Amino acid sequence: MNTGDTGWVLTSSALVLLMTLPGLAFFYGGLVRRKNVLSVLMQCLIILCVITLQWVLFGYSLTFGLDTGQGIIGGLDWLGLRNVGGQPNTDYAATIPHYAFMIFQCMFAVITPALIIGTYAERIKFSAFLAFTLLWATFVYDPLGHWVWGTGGWLRNLGALDFAGGIVVHTSSGVSALVLALLIGKRIGMERQHFAPHNLPFTVLGGALLWFGWFGFNAGSALSANELAATAFVTTTVATAAAGLTWALIEWQQNGSPTALGAVTGAVAGLVAITPACGFVNPMNAIFIGIIVSFLCYVAIAKVKSYFKYDDSLDVFGVHGVGGIWGTIATGLFAEKAVNDAGANGLFFGGAQQLLIQCVLVVVTVVFAAAMTWIIFKLVDAVIGVRVEKTKEIVGLDLTQHSESAYTLVD
Amino acid sequence: MKYIIAIIKPHKIDDVMKALEEVDVNLMTVSNVLGRGRQMGVTEVYRGTKEVGSLLKKVKLEIAVNEDFVEPTIQAITKGARTGEIGDGKIFVLDLPDVYRIRTGERGGTAIG
Repeated sequence: MNTGDTGWVLTSSALVLLMTLPGLAFFYGGLVRRKNVLSVLMQCLIILCVITLQWVLFGYSLTFGLDTGQGIIGGLDWLGLRNVGGQPNTDYAATIPHYAFMIFQCMFAVITPALIIGTYAERIKFSAFLAFTLLWATFVYDPLGHWVWGTGGWLRNLGALDFAGGIVVHTSSGVSALVLALLIGKRIGMERQHFAPHNLPFTVLGGALLWFGWFGFNAGSALSANELAATAFVTTTVATAAAGLTWALIEWQQNGSPTALGAVTGAVAGLVAITPACGFVNPMNAIFIGIIVSFLCYVAIAKVKSYFKYDDSLDVFGVHGVGGIWGTIATGLFAEKAVNDAGANGLFFGGAQQLLIQCVLVVVTVVFAAAMTWIIFKLVDAVIGVRVEKTKEIVGLDLTQHSESAYTLVD
Repeated sequence: MKYIIAIIKPHKIDDVMKALEEVDVNLMTVSNVLGRGRQMGVTEVYRGTKEVGSLLKKVKLEIAVNEDFVEPTIQAITKGARTGEIGDGKIFVLDLPDVYRIRTGERGGTAIG
């Protein structure tokens, strides 16, 4: 047991909690219209409540529990945190209490479905959101987390590299978001007008909190307070800086002005892209990963989305899906054993094999997440009905789903 | 009596108030409004999507005056709000049949100022 490691992982757990609430909540909350801002904050808050309980009751056991033998799912030995306690688990983190590892991972399980809410914002029933979230966490996040990170997981055994969740968190949520956007359909009025964000200062504030919390997400994933944590910290922030600047420059060239929304969107895209790579690449390559992700995500959002006209309302696919896939493939290009001996060499360091493995990882995740999301959506739609009635959508979710308003007109 | 409504550029409100004070017009109601004129608003860009024809932020003044004050009020607003560029705004003058002061119950010309 190491007190420094334990302190860092517990601190990191709190940092990752901060990413969901208030970070992501305000990042998304500022982007919706005034009548829906509370619904977004509420969804983030309730995901924090529900998935924390899901995780300690059975999610953690399914994801990280002893493999049932086929590399598909964890067993039920750790149901209700049975056999999980203060002593370290040497399979995952030998120098910190098992509880510390479990609660750190809990915060990842929380934020992943919270990322998805951006795609169906402003038009989903609260009850349907709740059912979808619980099912998605159980049947998509938990198995995928086991495959990639769990001892005995089949993708982990294959040699797949995902340092902090580019696949498990971002690609999975981003791809699921695209499927959901296609299934739930456009918001009423989207054909006639583009909906302007109601409070961009909230969005910049939330984005800044995401950047801050992401140090826990990425550097915390070293699970030790050591040189690997420092490497991940540095690669994370330089990739983000490069991506935020690049996005602003692209906009400046394309539209005549660099926007605050663009810069903060680029920064988040940079955070996403460096996530799988942060513990395997050197800082100069991290800058390159950050520059490229802004080009890819900008094209996905400003060009591809407007061409196909799907309503991924807050660009979950455009940022997390595209950024996560690029980061995962970039890991197969730039990973080097000189940075992290436990990793592998990517294509540019003589390891063509690793690039192939990362591509397999992407394909498996895209197919699995898309198929499962489709099934879960159809199920929830048949039982509860996913979308609110037209009149309720027009009035807004704050009033119709939660019986409250964010802003009063008269003091 | 007339009811004067003026739509002006937000940054000219201080100049207009100063000009109105000079002609002894001190009572007014001011609100933030959105609108557009012949320039058809502005273009805003969100994540690469251009939104053409967004409404511009304007300030609306509402002033009730007796007949003697109509011309000075219009002159003062014009003097304070004019930049000579497109978007300076408009002044609407409406007939005002009656006015009541709630506190005293006064009515008509005496209630107005």
